[in-house]
Amino acid sequence: MPVNGAETGLALGPNMLVFAAAAGLAVLASIGVVAFNNAIRSALCLVVNFFVLAVLYFTLNAEMLGVTQVVVYTGAIMVLFLFVIMLLNLGSKSLLEEKRDWKRPVGLGLGVALFALVGSQLLPVTMKLTTPTAQENFGSPQAIGRTLFTNYVFPFEAVSVLLLIGIVGSIVLAKRRI
Amino acid sequence: MNGVPLAAYLGLGLFMFTTGVVGVVVRRNPIVIFMCIELMLNAVNLTFVAFARYQFVKLPQDVAVAQNQMMAGQMMVIFVMAVAAAEVAVGLGIIMAIYRLRINIDVDELNLLKG
Amino acid sequence: MTDWFLALHPVWQALIRALIVIAVLFCCLPVVIWLERRLLGWMQDRLGPNRVGTITLRHRYKWVPEALKGKKIKLFGLPQVLADGIKAFTKEDIIPDGIDKLLYVIAPAVFVFPAFALSATIPWGPFPALTPIADVNIGVLYILAVSSLGVYGVVLAGYSSNNKYSLLGGLRSSAQLISYELAMSMALAAIVMATGSLKLTDVVANQHDAIWGLFRGIENWNILTPYGFVAFIIFIICMVAETNRSPFDLPECENELVSGYNTEYSTKKWVLFMMGEYVNMLTYSAIAAVVFLGGWHAIPVNFKILAESYPSTGDIWRLFDVLNGNSILGPLWLLVKMGMFMGSYIWLRASMPRLRYDQLMNLGWKALLPTGVANLIVVGIWIVASEVYGPVGGWLAFAFAAALLYILYRQYSKATKASETLESRQVTLVDIPKPQPAEEAVA
Repeated sequence: MPVNGAETGLALGPNMLVFAAAAGLAVLASIGVVAFNNAIRSALCLVVNFFVLAVLYFTLNAEMLGVTQVVVYTGAIMVLFLFVIMLLNLGSKSLLEEKRDWKRPVGLGLGVALFALVGSQLLPVTMKLTTPTAQENFGSPQAIGRTLFTNYVFPFEAVSVLLLIGIVGSIVLAKRRI
Repeated sequence: MNGVPLAAYLGLGLFMFTTGVVGVVVRRNPIVIFMCIELMLNAVNLTFVAFARYQFVKLPQDVAVAQNQMMAGQMMVIFVMAVAAAEVAVGLGIIMAIYRLRINIDVDELNLLKG
Repeated sequence: MTDWFLALHPVWQALIRALIVIAVLFCCLPVVIWLERRLLGWMQDRLGPNRVGTITLRHRYKWVPEALKGKKIKLFGLPQVLADGIKAFTKEDIIPDGIDKLLYVIAPAVFVFPAFALSATIPWGPFPALTPIADVNIGVLYILAVSSLGVYGVVLAGYSSNNKYSLLGGLRSSAQLISYELAMSMALAAIVMATGSLKLTDVVANQHDAIWGLFRGIENWNILTPYGFVAFIIFIICMVAETNRSPFDLPECENELVSGYNTEYSTKKWVLFMMGEYVNMLTYSAIAAVVFLGGWHAIPVNFKILAESYPSTGDIWRLFDVLNGNSILGPLWLLVKMGMFMGSYIWLRASMPRLRYDQLMNLGWKALLPTGVANLIVVGIWIVASEVYGPVGGWLAFAFAAALLYILYRQYSKATKASETLESRQVTLVDIPKPQPAEEAVA
């Protein structure tokens, strides 16, 4: 199997800088999703987060997935979210704002516990792995297409049926009279 | 990317997942809860791609099997995206339907089924 | 020339490429705006801006030669755009009360960003070092991805303005853009399938091949192939809808929504919206020219092949090849094609009435999308058949598949015709019956 490059170890080069910038933005945006009281601000933070995730996919050489992320998430799903939020906002201004209570500290504590629990098991083990071992072009459209239509044809078709059901279901739910 | 440990990507994914969980627990607005679920799905996607790129497990000798193993993570991400799209379409439809029935869509107030 | 350029650090190279593209777009901008106003004026039988910048050489000027005194230098009103720009930047910037200030301010920037970013993968000429900015292997998908970001500026502007009309404009725009995005991706997918690559440079190279895989002298511009022609029609309709231009300018239609999503915007921010719209039009025109009209070639004739076939007159064909765009003239021809599309944008605006909202949705979902999918199916059949039976067999299969789909469509529309006529409202005028005795009324 092709193993590109020698073991480089942890290095504070431009790669780390790019990752740190993207990851920092992603962290801020994901905090923003939960912290903003206004639903539309949360949605916009999520858009930023998804966009940065696409950049991170590019840094992992998964360019097809990165661009699919932009098309599917920022281009379609989040627009749908914004659409619904704006539709609901038409009624009253304070509809989607919420009050503070005891749930916040408890939730925060649980979150910290989850992060510590999983992180302590996972992160020290993977810290040593600094050299990507997959092929350089493993995320190209050709590679993905070939795999998707050979080994994964059945799940692919199943997912397409699921999407069709999703379309029908949303129409049934949303339409007043069919 | 050379020089960036796998742990960095996994840590970011874990952080996003945790924020998503906290959001689902803390928030009451169903749309925001939905967005937090999307955040969790994307965190998992990131870890999938990171694992696919760094290959935590040693690649097998057989080229075809190794190829398959390398692509598995990305395939999973594509399916997660498709399922997320279907889920959002139906979920937002449900939220709109609830909104039409009763103006308040606070999840704590949605206790119609409680006897 | 290319040597020192390629010796630079990749970051500098990318920066130079990006600057060239942005500079060209910025230079096109005033010309396009002026062209729109003059052309629209001409089509509507009025003058349009024709005065600004007229220089009168007066008799008292000492430096003017005697022969030119009293003459006027006319610039056809081209500096009008400049004057408008100065006016817009010196006017008072009105920010209304009760708005979401952060979103209100960033919305125009969010609107402009995708318009410029869209041009990143478009090849402008036969210079692989200079263009496109990034020759990535996901070029067409990149275009779809970035164009889907264009909706955010409109939605944010509509939401943050705290105005019902703006909000309605934003909602309309998001629905419209999502709907037409699908049909556009179907049109591009057909071309991508026929090309076999998502790279835009490959799409152009494929169009410089032999037409229909048969005649080597003529180039295979996608608009000259049957599937490409259908895709082209779908694409230009979607292109007009995606750029919010008339007759699809429902997000900003004056007689219903004041000015739609940009009602509350003034001066610089409004200028940014207009700039984004025109840059969007320019980049979409460039995409249409690159994907369907053979990129930077002036006419679909492959003069290189002719030079090889007729060696005795080879030099003439080689000269024609240079004139045809395989030289510094290439970007010029691309600009001419873009100008053609801009002209048709303006022509459409001058001649078409605005669609109603339900008509817009019906066109997008019930006409363009099914046509695009049918086109995709036919292209798939063509690809398989031409790989198995060669080009002629491929086209026979193509014709057969297209005819079959058309017959199926006719049968379908015939079958659904009955219900359609039931829905049309028929009013029959009847005499109101006189009040009858009770026992007859029961019957």
